[in-house]
Amino acid sequence: MKIALLGNPNTGKSSIFNMLTGLRQQVGNFPGVTVEKKQGDIKTKTGIHQLIDFPGTYSIFARALDEQVVEDVLLNIQHSDYPDAIIYVADAANLERNLLFFTQLYDSGFPIVLVLNMWDRAQQKGLKIDTELLQKQFPLANIVRATARVSIGKSRIIQAIDTLQKGKNTPFFDFNIGELQTDRAQTENTNARLEKLRQLGIVQDLQIKASNRSNRLDQILTHRIYGYLIFSAVLLIIFQFIFSFASIPMDFIDSQFVELSSWIAKLMPEGVLSKLISQGLIPGIGGVLVFVPQIAILFFFISLLEESGYLSRVVFIMDRLMRPFGLNGKSVVPLLSSVACAIPGIMSARTISDWKERLITILVAPFMSCSARIPVYTLLISLVIPKTYVAGVLNLQGIVLFGLYLLGIVFALGTAVILKLLIKSGKPGFHVMELPEYKTPRLYNVGLTVYEKVKIFIFDAGKIIVAISILLWALASYGPNSRENNLSKLRKKASYTAANQVQKQELESSLLLSQSYIGHFGKWMEPAIKPLGYDWKIGIALLSSFAAREVFVGSLATIYSVGNDTDNNKRLVQKLKDEKYEDGSSVYSLATGGSLLIFYVFAMQCMATLAVVKRETNSWKWPLIQLAFMGIIAYLCAFIVYQLLS
Amino acid sequence: MSVTLDSILLNQQVQITAIPASALSPKLTEMGLTKGQKITAIFKAPFGDPIAYEINGNVISMRKEEAMHVEVQVA
Repeated sequence: MKIALLGNPNTGKSSIFNMLTGLRQQVGNFPGVTVEKKQGDIKTKTGIHQLIDFPGTYSIFARALDEQVVEDVLLNIQHSDYPDAIIYVADAANLERNLLFFTQLYDSGFPIVLVLNMWDRAQQKGLKIDTELLQKQFPLANIVRATARVSIGKSRIIQAIDTLQKGKNTPFFDFNIGELQTDRAQTENTNARLEKLRQLGIVQDLQIKASNRSNRLDQILTHRIYGYLIFSAVLLIIFQFIFSFASIPMDFIDSQFVELSSWIAKLMPEGVLSKLISQGLIPGIGGVLVFVPQIAILFFFISLLEESGYLSRVVFIMDRLMRPFGLNGKSVVPLLSSVACAIPGIMSARTISDWKERLITILVAPFMSCSARIPVYTLLISLVIPKTYVAGVLNLQGIVLFGLYLLGIVFALGTAVILKLLIKSGKPGFHVMELPEYKTPRLYNVGLTVYEKVKIFIFDAGKIIVAISILLWALASYGPNSRENNLSKLRKKASYTAANQVQKQELESSLLLSQSYIGHFGKWMEPAIKPLGYDWKIGIALLSSFAAREVFVGSLATIYSVGNDTDNNKRLVQKLKDEKYEDGSSVYSLATGGSLLIFYVFAMQCMATLAVVKRETNSWKWPLIQLAFMGIIAYLCAFIVYQLLS
Repeated sequence: MSVTLDSILLNQQVQITAIPASALSPKLTEMGLTKGQKITAIFKAPFGDPIAYEINGNVISMRKEEAMHVEVQVA
């Protein structure tokens, strides 16, 4: 049997889902749209049933993208996800409004289990719920109580599934919900249903007051000064965790994969297959897994904040600030996360229900300077920006670094404004939102979210990343001339024979890269990048750093025959400083360095981000548009900077 | 005298008198904003927008332009 899990937002629906299915969950999309579909199995006495978690909605009438999925599936009996039965989760502490959607489903004729969740909170609030009266009104529904946050009610729900009754029921209000098309008809129907529900008097003792604790906290957390201060402090803590702790597992993953590569290379007979695996495939997989620590840490915090109820207060205080840019308060977390890494940032844009606002957020997020740009910025700044002090105290290099971050933010918001005008949208966005009560986060739910996001990244985006990195490896390792041919010429040179073993190695890799397809392509495109102040060697580094921005540093090290590790960074800087054109002028002048810095602020030099955008927008159209406009902006701005400085 | 929900004072309880049909009205209704319900503005975001309202024990946040769709009278 196929069972749909439905209910309003903030009713603990996902806790119910996790409680019923445990770790046996699959996450995907509903067909044709990027709305998350979670699926899992429930074992009951009558067999194994498939439970599908739908987005939380207030009614069957759709406005936003995720609501549209609910309407499309429930009103179309031919739909592949059309359910045989429904588990409806209602917040018992807020029953009357929660029952509205339930009555629409009941009247549509679905066999239905009504779960009165958060039963404990209803009790604490002093609400008396007349379940007998409720049962009398909806005779064919199986009504059960639950408190999913503490795993109460699982067996009752499973039992209720097995005893579901099918049959024609008397509608609570009327049958023709699917036929209500106009705003007026829908409003009137909803109004009348709510009125009828209230008249029943299912909930007594409505001495309602929003919990005082929530209210007092809100006065502080949404305060015009403290609110922003507290949010800044929260961000500071999150970024501390990412920058100081993510690097430990990231370095570990890196080094393990390097070892694995050399181990495989030794183990397998030398040849193309061995190289493909040890230099293409394994580093490719390593390049996917290296993102996992950042993704995991960010989603740990995001879902912790979401579970606690604080995240919706952040949305509340940031909404007005983001609106002029065609964004809303929900864009803040994706954009700020992108300062660490655009991948989790873009993945977290799912909470934005309005498609246009979500798309704009995804498209501009990679402008935020991510942590992979830091090695590039550091190298180039130490190369071309003098270590002087401005006004006696401000380090010029620090000011430039700050300026680069600021530039990214400015362009992210500026591009958003332009995209707001260019992208067409259907219905206007709807921003009425519940501010749920503060709750202690449940670590089980947080852990599951982290697990799922990591899994999605590895298996959905990972495939594309591995494929592109193998392609890039092949282009950088093979060329029109054979390897032996290239090397034999080099070995005759005096500079080579005089060199020691390490230097010989470095010279060989430098030559092989410049003779590879990427090397040839770099030379071929030199006229195109000349106006930006780059030579073909920089061209090669630009091309190979499409894999990831920090590869730029490693590629330069290879091209200039400087061993590729951090100890050699000083050697690399020196070597680059000494690099001269034939007329004696420096290759890495202030103009070229500045132009490169600007290029890296804007260019979409990250295949992993592209892969994630493809996954989150469900087509190649948007990542390719993004690649194009970021590339054009990068090229033009780098051109302007070079021309101004030279 | 009828005013719209965006213009009421903080901590002032008002009663909803009408929500004229519009693209927003089905959504506002299903979130519990119906004629006769009592609603109070309880706090505002910095810059005065959006505004948080309490209705039936729920706290909901609305942009001013959305609250303008709800007609209320001082109870």
